[in-house]
Amino acid sequence: MTLPTFDSLKIGDEIPALTTPPVSRHALALYCGASGDHNPIHVDLDYARSSGLDDVIAHGMLSAGYLGRMLANWVPQSAIRSMNNRFTAMTHIGDSVTCTGKVVKKFKEGNEKLIRVELQANTPKAQTIIAEAVIALE
Amino acid sequence: MIDKKHIGYEFHPVTVPVEEGRLRFLAKALGETRKIYTDTDAANAAGMPGLLAPPTFPFMLEIDALDLVDFVELLGEKLGKLLHGEENFVYHAPIYAGDKITVCKKITDIIDKKGGTLQFVISHTDFINQRGKKVAETHTNYVFRH
Repeated sequence: MTLPTFDSLKIGDEIPALTTPPVSRHALALYCGASGDHNPIHVDLDYARSSGLDDVIAHGMLSAGYLGRMLANWVPQSAIRSMNNRFTAMTHIGDSVTCTGKVVKKFKEGNEKLIRVELQANTPKAQTIIAEAVIALE
Repeated sequence: MIDKKHIGYEFHPVTVPVEEGRLRFLAKALGETRKIYTDTDAANAAGMPGLLAPPTFPFMLEIDALDLVDFVELLGEKLGKLLHGEENFVYHAPIYAGDKITVCKKITDIIDKKGGTLQFVISHTDFINQRGKKVAETHTNYVFRH
């Protein structure tokens, strides 16, 4: 795979998308342990119901992690200058998560050539994260 | 309602070791299979001193340093009312297995929305490695439903 360069990229170019398998309770248990986010609303059905939900919900940061994976698979992780994630809807058990992104701006700051990308995580029912990242390229 | 006296509150800095096993476990949870995230020899061969921590890892250091339950209790709230609004990262340098990262977190604002039925608690966190280099920053928006 050739790395994208500042000159080769155009506004509107898309990042290779990433789609996960349907989110399972097992995936949430793994993320609970690995991330340290032990909020029981993600893994304990009784707790989720007592909090007014029908079922456990996925960690928003799990999908943000998938967005990060998509980005770091496209450019070296060290090129990522910032990534902002806004959580807009819940991800439920059985939802697959599709991560997409596209180039929206090319600019220079100091000695760096930078691009801004708009990112989204979507389940089949909802847009769950609106995100953006700034990436430095050669 | 969360008391606005907490605006400006600085949590005691906590130093967290970045463990290799933790990063491998996290790679598994994120479905990340590339070797710089899972195989120390491959990371070393790529010129890295240890496994590379993925882009969202500062968030995990943030909760390692300050348990969510303790954070919510400080605010006089319950965990079941908490939603994650935003998690924004600024990156200055990589984080690797073997690093020791000091986490410095501060509550920077508390904002009432929709007549107080929602409250946003905003924090800013600096992550500083064992050489005194700031490696990352996060801006977090915690949403509480009332």
